[in-house]
Amino acid sequence: MIVGERKPMEELLGMIEDFERILVLGCKGCVTVCCAGGPKEVKTLSTLIRMDRKQKGRKVITIEASTELQCEPESIRPILEKMANQYDVVLSMACGAGVQTVAKLFPDKLVLPALNTNFTGIAEEHGVWTEACLACGDCVLGRTAGICPVTLCAKGLLNGPCGGASEGKCEVSKDQPCAWQEIYHALKRLNRLHYLKQKPQVKDWPVHPGRVVREDLREVETT
Amino acid sequence: MSFRESLESGKFLVTAEVGPGKGTDVEHLLKAADIIKDRVDAINVTDLQSSVMRLGSMAFSHLLTDMGIDPIFQMTGRDRNRLALQSDLLSAWVLGIRNVLALTGDHPTMGDHPHAKPVFDLDSVSLLEMIGKLNSGYDMAGNELKGAPEFLPGAVVNPGADNEAALDLQIMKMEKKIEAGAKFFQTQAVYDIDLFEKFIRRVEGFKVPIIGGVILLKSAGMARFMNKNVAGVFVPIPLIKEMTDTKDKVKKSVEIAARIVKRLKNLCQGVHIMALGWEKMIPAVLDQAGI
Repeated sequence: MIVGERKPMEELLGMIEDFERILVLGCKGCVTVCCAGGPKEVKTLSTLIRMDRKQKGRKVITIEASTELQCEPESIRPILEKMANQYDVVLSMACGAGVQTVAKLFPDKLVLPALNTNFTGIAEEHGVWTEACLACGDCVLGRTAGICPVTLCAKGLLNGPCGGASEGKCEVSKDQPCAWQEIYHALKRLNRLHYLKQKPQVKDWPVHPGRVVREDLREVETT
Repeated sequence: MSFRESLESGKFLVTAEVGPGKGTDVEHLLKAADIIKDRVDAINVTDLQSSVMRLGSMAFSHLLTDMGIDPIFQMTGRDRNRLALQSDLLSAWVLGIRNVLALTGDHPTMGDHPHAKPVFDLDSVSLLEMIGKLNSGYDMAGNELKGAPEFLPGAVVNPGADNEAALDLQIMKMEKKIEAGAKFFQTQAVYDIDLFEKFIRRVEGFKVPIIGGVILLKSAGMARFMNKNVAGVFVPIPLIKEMTDTKDKVKKSVEIAARIVKRLKNLCQGVHIMALGWEKMIPAVLDQAGI
């Protein structure tokens, strides 16, 4: 899932200072799962905004809504169109892709991000998420026992570890295992240590912004 | 005799190391190099070691060539992408630099600009492959060079990796480096000779010269610091005690280093002495070790 965190309240309040009618727009996708921008968080943030304005003696109207997936135009269009006259600004609690989808569909409305989007990751335990995939466009997990060196090695090394690990931990952080030692143990367990001896790899980096075109799907659409 | 000639002659090699500092003052480094120039086959010049911003390796390597010293230009993949690395290698060649030591490099978080963007476009293995490509007259993209370098590429290995997985991985990577063209290896500092011997027995079949690392111990505190903070370096407790008990730290430091050099002489093809500012002690170490 895409993991995000709500921006600090002070920054959020600063962003919405000029506005009185605010649509707080959550997303029921990834950011609901990571407890950052789902219906529950929309409710909390709206309440905090109203409390702040009340304290300052300033008017505010917050509208609370959540889309199924804010990165899907079809999921947001009906909600935003229906209420177009009721808000001046959208405070999106989706990831960066959700915020940009809203901005693209409604170019006449200002959209503000309520979250910082951190990474594509997994839940390690309750309240802890870690980065898992850099979306590099050329997956090597089949050679590395499902442990991504591009993401989990701090240097993104493809041909084995550097010499910086100490007691199995990365030189960057004592909390971070050396990804290559993890790969080694996993391949050993799977009796696939020879995978480590493969030809040296050089990563060819994709050009950003990325674009995926599926001609098979486009043809279906037009016929 | 150039470093390449020394290497090919099969003689016992001695290399040392200088680390340019933060700023343009190079006088003390030139003095240090001058003191040891007749006792070493080459001097390594570090590339922003520990990820601390400093004077560059290429410029100082070039200054060494002016003094008639054959430098080993250390190059990491930390700060430059493949365009800059290749270009710097061509530049180094026209400045008279003939030997390159390919390293991955420490992460920027280890140094004094911890939020710098880490590059690592190439790692030590792909860096070596690229050097081979330049030597063959082509760049990484396959374009022909007008005038090709003839670098002698080397690499590093950490024989003190602290667990079985880490050591196996070091050795596997060492093999990849050899396949990628490494013609010599310099190692992290060796203090535990028995452990080093076990490592040598595992890799001697590779038939690539290994130059064992020696760091001059300046104090017991330094030894403890390295044990805690430098990956792959372990100073055994009796050695630390020797440093604690001595009244003359410099004399003891030289004595310990000479003892290590003497033993390494029977195990590998050379020593790489990292004096960390005590370069003037290197001749005494070599004298005592009978080199």
